[in-house]
Amino acid sequence: MENHSSSLWSDAFNRLLSNKAAVTGAIILIILIFLALFAPLIAPYPYAYQNLDLGASPPSVDHLLGTDILGRDLLSRILYGARVSLMVGFIATAVALVIGVSWGLIAGYFGGRVDNIMMRIVDVLYGLPFIIFIILLMVIFGRNLWLLFCAIGAVEWLTMARIVRGQVLTLKNQEFVLAAQAMGVNNITMFKRHLLPNILGPIAVYATLTIPQVMLLESFLSFLGLGIQPPMSSWGTLIKDGVETMEEFSWLLIFPGITFTITLFALNFFGDGLRDALDPKTSDH
Amino acid sequence: MIIILIKRILLAIPVLLAVASITFFLVRLAPGGPFDAEKTVSPQVLKNLNEAYNLNAPLAEQYFDYMSGIIVGDFGPSFRFPGRSVSEMIMTGLPVTFELAIYSILIALILGIFSGVIAALKRNTIFDYLPMSIAMIGICVPTFLLGPLLVLIFGINLELLPVSGWGQLPGDKILPSITLGFAYAAYIARLGRGGMLEVLNQDFIRTARSKGLSETQVVVKHAMQGGLIPVVSFLGPAIAGLLAGSFVVETIFQIPGLGRFYVEAAFNRDYTMILGTTIFFSFMIVMFNLMSDLLALWLNPRSRES
Amino acid sequence: MSKRIYQFFLIFILTACSQTEAPVDTGLITKTFHWGNGTEPQGIDPHIVTGVPEHHVLQSLCEGLTSSNPKGGESLPGAASSWTISEDGKIYTFYLQENGKWSNGDPVTADDFVWSWKRILTASLGSQYPDMLYYVKNASEYHNQEIDDFNLVGVKAIDELTLEVELNNPTPFFLGLLSHYSTWPVHKNTVLRYGAVDDRNGEWTRPGNFVCNGPFNLKSWELNKKIIVEKNPLYWDSKTVDLNEIHYYPVQNVMTEDRMFRAGQLHNTSTLPSNKCPVYIEDGNPNLKIDPYMGTYFYRFNTLNPALQDVRVRKALAYSIDRKKITEKVTKCGQIPAYSFTPPGSNNYFPKTEIPYDVELAKNLLKEAGYDSGSEFPVLEILFNTNEDHRKIALAIQQMWQENLGISVELVNQDWKVYLNREMIGDFQVSRAGWIGDYEDPNTFLDTLRPNRGNNKTGWENPVYDKLIKQANSTIDQKERYKLLNEAEQLLIDEMPIAPIYTYVRVYQLHEDVKGWYPNILDHHHPKYIRLQRD
Repeated sequence: MENHSSSLWSDAFNRLLSNKAAVTGAIILIILIFLALFAPLIAPYPYAYQNLDLGASPPSVDHLLGTDILGRDLLSRILYGARVSLMVGFIATAVALVIGVSWGLIAGYFGGRVDNIMMRIVDVLYGLPFIIFIILLMVIFGRNLWLLFCAIGAVEWLTMARIVRGQVLTLKNQEFVLAAQAMGVNNITMFKRHLLPNILGPIAVYATLTIPQVMLLESFLSFLGLGIQPPMSSWGTLIKDGVETMEEFSWLLIFPGITFTITLFALNFFGDGLRDALDPKTSDH
Repeated sequence: MIIILIKRILLAIPVLLAVASITFFLVRLAPGGPFDAEKTVSPQVLKNLNEAYNLNAPLAEQYFDYMSGIIVGDFGPSFRFPGRSVSEMIMTGLPVTFELAIYSILIALILGIFSGVIAALKRNTIFDYLPMSIAMIGICVPTFLLGPLLVLIFGINLELLPVSGWGQLPGDKILPSITLGFAYAAYIARLGRGGMLEVLNQDFIRTARSKGLSETQVVVKHAMQGGLIPVVSFLGPAIAGLLAGSFVVETIFQIPGLGRFYVEAAFNRDYTMILGTTIFFSFMIVMFNLMSDLLALWLNPRSRES
Repeated sequence: MSKRIYQFFLIFILTACSQTEAPVDTGLITKTFHWGNGTEPQGIDPHIVTGVPEHHVLQSLCEGLTSSNPKGGESLPGAASSWTISEDGKIYTFYLQENGKWSNGDPVTADDFVWSWKRILTASLGSQYPDMLYYVKNASEYHNQEIDDFNLVGVKAIDELTLEVELNNPTPFFLGLLSHYSTWPVHKNTVLRYGAVDDRNGEWTRPGNFVCNGPFNLKSWELNKKIIVEKNPLYWDSKTVDLNEIHYYPVQNVMTEDRMFRAGQLHNTSTLPSNKCPVYIEDGNPNLKIDPYMGTYFYRFNTLNPALQDVRVRKALAYSIDRKKITEKVTKCGQIPAYSFTPPGSNNYFPKTEIPYDVELAKNLLKEAGYDSGSEFPVLEILFNTNEDHRKIALAIQQMWQENLGISVELVNQDWKVYLNREMIGDFQVSRAGWIGDYEDPNTFLDTLRPNRGNNKTGWENPVYDKLIKQANSTIDQKERYKLLNEAEQLLIDEMPIAPIYTYVRVYQLHEDVKGWYPNILDHHHPKYIRLQRD
């Protein structure tokens, strides 16, 4: 049994490696996370430091990527912005994961009336125009970072719940589950040891593909003025500022824009690659 | 199928009521009322204003008044625009947003299906990555970046297309539709590619190929019908999502659509307008999900046989 | 066959690529003005609406007793062709235009004005701007429902064309007040046909129903898209009016507005993206307009907040703002550092107050107030509404207070309504504020900081200040009056409930074809004088 599953994983891994786009994406992501983690050490200037006399200036020796209207160093702001944007992406996705996976697990495994009620609720919530609610929440309760995480996370968990439930339904009737049940394994152990490892694949895929959606959503909120509070900024706010000075100070748009786009491409290609690798139906024989 | 239809419609009603109620109370919680203005009003005047809109009544009473109004389709007067009713304003904005959504979906379909099919056929080669990358522009580049960029190139520098508006100058519908269409092309491309890959591996395709049919015939006549079912299922939620998410494009291009109305209403605390549009959007989403589910069911040859 | 296809293709390419005529070009021929108007107007009922975009549309549709002079200064005749003022300055007699007509042909009578003022002073209508008329005898009492007989209010129709107005005090700026739309008339029969006198939601303002006495008529109104007005041939001065139509576009996004102007879709813009200003200045852009404007950008101190109760603290904060740096490096658009609350130059009023930029003095004041260093001072919060420019200025001032005084400052950015609400209930420490004059007289500024004024919001109530303003309002001699007002102005700087930062300028773009448009300190550009002409 053990051999069987590990060769499945190594199969998947090999498929992933052969997907050049996915590999490139993964490398980019690793570099990015590294840069974001060590931003305070790497960044040449504090992100809030203004140099009013300098104002906006194109890339130079002092400021490798230029400065914005208040004379703040763009490179530093992009590095710190990476922390914020990635943090929003990861945490909100984590919130969605925790809620969605638990929900799907419980609904799928217990089935019957529990499943019915839980999935009806999901159906109901699916019908809500969530962006509408997020806007409303942000407008009403202010631009609290944690509120942002929860609000975005609360939007994305639904699909996760459906996917997990679907997977659990398939797994439920397999031998190893029935065997464990016969042995009298309790529910928590069932979830942790038997079900969860087998649905890790789809979860990982979905999580990887949710992160860029979350980052995009955060940038939309910034566009409306509902994102991160100044002087902190995410890539979303940097891009929004850049768009406004697109013609006069193009570097303010180009550098954050390219960084954001590349990151999202990387995440998306990696996630797509993961999905291709793990889904036997779409493999070549 | 009829039974499913009826069940879903019955389910929709409590959903909409729940949406209305949640929004009603949520909005009342917000600090800042509809009549707060830079030139502060005296408490006397504020009292009169609140009277005129029944805001001084106890909350429960206002709630029941409002809900009983909704059931007959009366969403009340707009707080911000005296003399205009919410339903009237929704009816003004809806056709615009709807038209924008349709054009955008068309562009997304063309771009997405094309990319997805080619990517599936030439898997893991440059012809897989390139079309998918182009399709993915929409989910990797924010629309408020893509839009102004397109405007800068085509509107200002090349002077080919108008910079804003909808239906006022010839060609002003092109750039907004493209901008919004890109946002959904990626999803369609992915779904198309995935669906095609699944179908292409099946036996009946191998049979068709071995019979000597040209690749085009194999793809178009045999593979696409089944391979694109996931795309059809996605259309419903996509249109619904477009209706609700069009506000960024509407703001950039000055389009008088429902998305923009909503955002402004939220910022202006126009209670009735917020409620009206929220309920309306929910209704649209439920409807479209239903329609596309039905369509997918009908298209799926397996379920048709049963 | 292929030749036909080729021809068709060519025509297609040519028509697709040829530039369709820009609206400003066709507008020159049809005499249509394309006006960039900011937010969508709430409505066109002059007794209900409150904003500037509404004003732009209303000034083409309706007319008050006086009309503001496009070049500034003394009011011009409007619905009234002339007027006399009694010796004691309290009684105004207005003689209405003999051929003054409503757009449906009815004559404009004095009764129309009496009825209209009654309407705006009717409490149940919920007008937000009744205080323009509070200078009239018994008007505020009627509005606050202390009396219920409108005959006691100081406005009477002596005969068809003569209107007599009695004021509480000789108010020197009364004529200027009358150019504000809240004092304008509405057509009684039209209003009543579609609803009661106090019905806010009546349909009388719809195109087709709307009747008023201005140079233009309402032709159509597509919500969030465009408002069209067309020339009114029955207007008493229609021979002066050159334009045939005005199209008002509600464009909120400033970037979009700028692009529309550059693409030839607008004759003017409502504002300018702030980062474009220095660029256009450098390029010598002929369409850029920077006009003097009667407005002050200032920071409000919540004097009831424990951290800001001490005058010395407030002065320290005010003295450590480098105003020159803000206008030169942050706003960069010709704004002028402000050292007084009322902007200088309105109606020949020049306040003599000064505010030094003196960091040493500021530090000493802070010490005197009991804070040896800035770190002992509690964290200060600056509240402002979501807006790029406010943010930049707040960031700059945050840095100045930090560097100069060592005080930690937090920025709190809220959306418009929340910001207004927090100011109103006093839930703030320092808040960004701006005030634009309603009429050309210093009273429009100084009045707001009197005790019990809704727009005060600082919690500062000074009886001496109140007395000075009251006295000034009853003084007819301008020199005497301005002396009193200057004393009040000095009191403000001594107590510093607000810290002025800069005097506004009106920044926007104007197409070269536009004539008859002059820099106006109140930004009143009356469409009846506008002409389109290409040199």
